[in-house]
Amino acid sequence: MIQTIAFYLFAIMVVLSAGLVITARNPVHSVLWLILAFFNAAGLMLLVGAEFIAMLLVIVYVGAVAVLFLFVVMMLDIDFSELRGGFVRYLPFGVAVALVLLCEIVIAGGAWEAGPVELAGRTALAPDPAAIPNIQALGTLLYTRYLFVFEGAGLVLLVAMIGAIVLTHRARGGVRQQNVRRQNIRRPQDATRNTNPPVGQGVEL
Amino acid sequence: MISWFTALPYGWAYFIASILDILVIALPVMLAVAMIIYADRKIWAAMALRRGPNVVGPFGLLQSFADGLKVFLQETIIPTAANRTLFLIAPVITFTVALIAWAVIPFSSFSVLANINVGLLYILAASSLGVYGVILAGWASNSKYPFYSAIRAAAQMVSYEVAIGFVLISVVLWAGSFNMQTIVLAQKGEVLGLINANGFNPLLFPMAVVFLISSMAETSRTPFDLTEAESELVAGYQTEYSSMSFALYWLGEYANVILMCALNATLFWGGWLPPLDLPFLYHIPGTTIGLGLFWILFKMAVFFFIFSWVKATLPRYRYDQLMRLGWKIFLPLSLLFVFLVSGWLMLTRFHPIGA
Repeated sequence: MIQTIAFYLFAIMVVLSAGLVITARNPVHSVLWLILAFFNAAGLMLLVGAEFIAMLLVIVYVGAVAVLFLFVVMMLDIDFSELRGGFVRYLPFGVAVALVLLCEIVIAGGAWEAGPVELAGRTALAPDPAAIPNIQALGTLLYTRYLFVFEGAGLVLLVAMIGAIVLTHRARGGVRQQNVRRQNIRRPQDATRNTNPPVGQGVEL
Repeated sequence: MISWFTALPYGWAYFIASILDILVIALPVMLAVAMIIYADRKIWAAMALRRGPNVVGPFGLLQSFADGLKVFLQETIIPTAANRTLFLIAPVITFTVALIAWAVIPFSSFSVLANINVGLLYILAASSLGVYGVILAGWASNSKYPFYSAIRAAAQMVSYEVAIGFVLISVVLWAGSFNMQTIVLAQKGEVLGLINANGFNPLLFPMAVVFLISSMAETSRTPFDLTEAESELVAGYQTEYSSMSFALYWLGEYANVILMCALNATLFWGGWLPPLDLPFLYHIPGTTIGLGLFWILFKMAVFFFIFSWVKATLPRYRYDQLMRLGWKIFLPLSLLFVFLVSGWLMLTRFHPIGA
C-alpha cells in the first residue's frame, strides 16, 4: 500500500518535472526541475531495490553534474527571443529524435511482451537482491565478467578528460607564476633589514 | 495505553514508529544546535580573554534561545528584485539536508534510524545536496555579493567533496562495508587489539587529518569561511535574508558542523565504541546499561572543541590557497592513500572469489 503510494508519487513527479524542464521559461528553473526529476528517479530506483544506483544517481547527477549545469546557466547571458527564434529551425531534428525514442519504447514494450531474451549465462548472473547487497553483486560482475569493458570505459573517460584539458589549456608567456615553496620558506630576516640612518643622510634603497 | 498501537496494521505501525524515531533524533539535534552555538561563543570568548554570553539565564545558557526568539519576532523581508519562490525555498533546502544525513549515524549498538547497506553513500549524497541551498540563495537574492558568495561556496564544496570521497573510499576499503554500523564495529581493537580507532592506524591517520580539515572546508568554518568573508562580501550568501529564513541557515550550518563532528568520530575514532577495548567501558559496571551514546557524544564534543579552537585561532585562507590545498595537496594525498590501503589489503586480506 505505502509502496504503491510512493511509486505513483515518484513516477508522477518524474513525468511532471520532466515536462516542466522543457516548458519552464527561465533556464535556471529548467535546471531545478531537472534536478527534481533526477531526485525522483532515484526514489524509483530505491523502490525496486537498486539502492546503490539510486545513491550514485544523487551523488553524480544531482551533486556534481547538475551543479555544473546550474553554474553554466546562471553565468550565461541568455537572449530569450533569439532562443525562441531557433524553434522552427530545430523542430525537424527534435521531432526525429522524439520519433526514434518513441519507436524504441514501442520495441522495448514488444520485447517485454515476447518474454525474456536468453543471453549467455544471464540467469547465473542475476543474484537475489535480498541475499546479496547491491554493491557486492555489481562489484563481482564489473570486476570479473566485464572487467575489460569496465576498464575500457574508464580509459575513455580519462582520455576525454585529458582531451578537454589539452584543448582548453593555454600556455601564456610573460606570466609571473606563484612559487608556493619559495613563499613558504621565506623568512622575515631574508626580506627585511633594520637600519639606523643618521639624521640628514636619508635612506639607502 | 499501547493497545491501539499494537492493533494497527504492520505498515502503519512502522510508519508511526519511524516518524517518532525521526523526532527522537531531530529534536535533540536542534537542542544541541542551540547549546553548541552557546558553547562555540563561550570557547571563542575564552580564547580571546573575554566573557562571552553571560546575561540571559545562568551563565548565559539561554542566550541561543533569546537570539532565536528575537529572530522569530523580526519581520521577514523579501527583496522586490528577488525570485520569490526560490528565495524562500533555499533556506528550507539547507535546513532539510542538514537534518536528513542524521538518519544513518549510529548512536549505539542498536540505535540507528536506518541501518542501510549504503549508509556512507547516503551521507555523501546528502552532503552533496547541501550546496543547492547556498547556490539558490545567492542566485534568488538577485544581488551581487550573495551571488559571488554562492559561486565561491559551490566551488569550495565541490572541490573538497572530491578529497572527502577518496578518504571515505579508503575507510570503506578498510572496513569492507558501506554500512555505518559495520564500519564502527570493524574498528573494535583496531590497534594492537586494544584501541578502538581507525585513526591510530598509521595507514589511516593521514586520512583522518585530511578528513578533519576537509570537513571544516565542507561546512565553511574558519579558516575556510570565504563564503562569509564579511570584509569582502557583506555577509555572504545570506546577506538578503532576515528573520526565520536567516535562522534556518544558521541552524542548518551548525547542524552540519555537529554532523561532521559525528562523522569524524564515527569513521576514524571508533564511533560509539569506547576508546579502549576494555569490557568495563562498554557498560556502566554492574549493569547492562550501554555507554554507546555517552562515548559518541563525548567524541563529538571533543571534535567540536577542535572546530571552535581552529575558528578562534586561525585567520582566513586566501582563495587560491584554499583551491591549492584542495586540488593539489588533499586530492593527490588521498588518492595515494587509496592505493596504499588497497595495496595493503591485497597483500593481507585478499581472497579470490571461489577460492
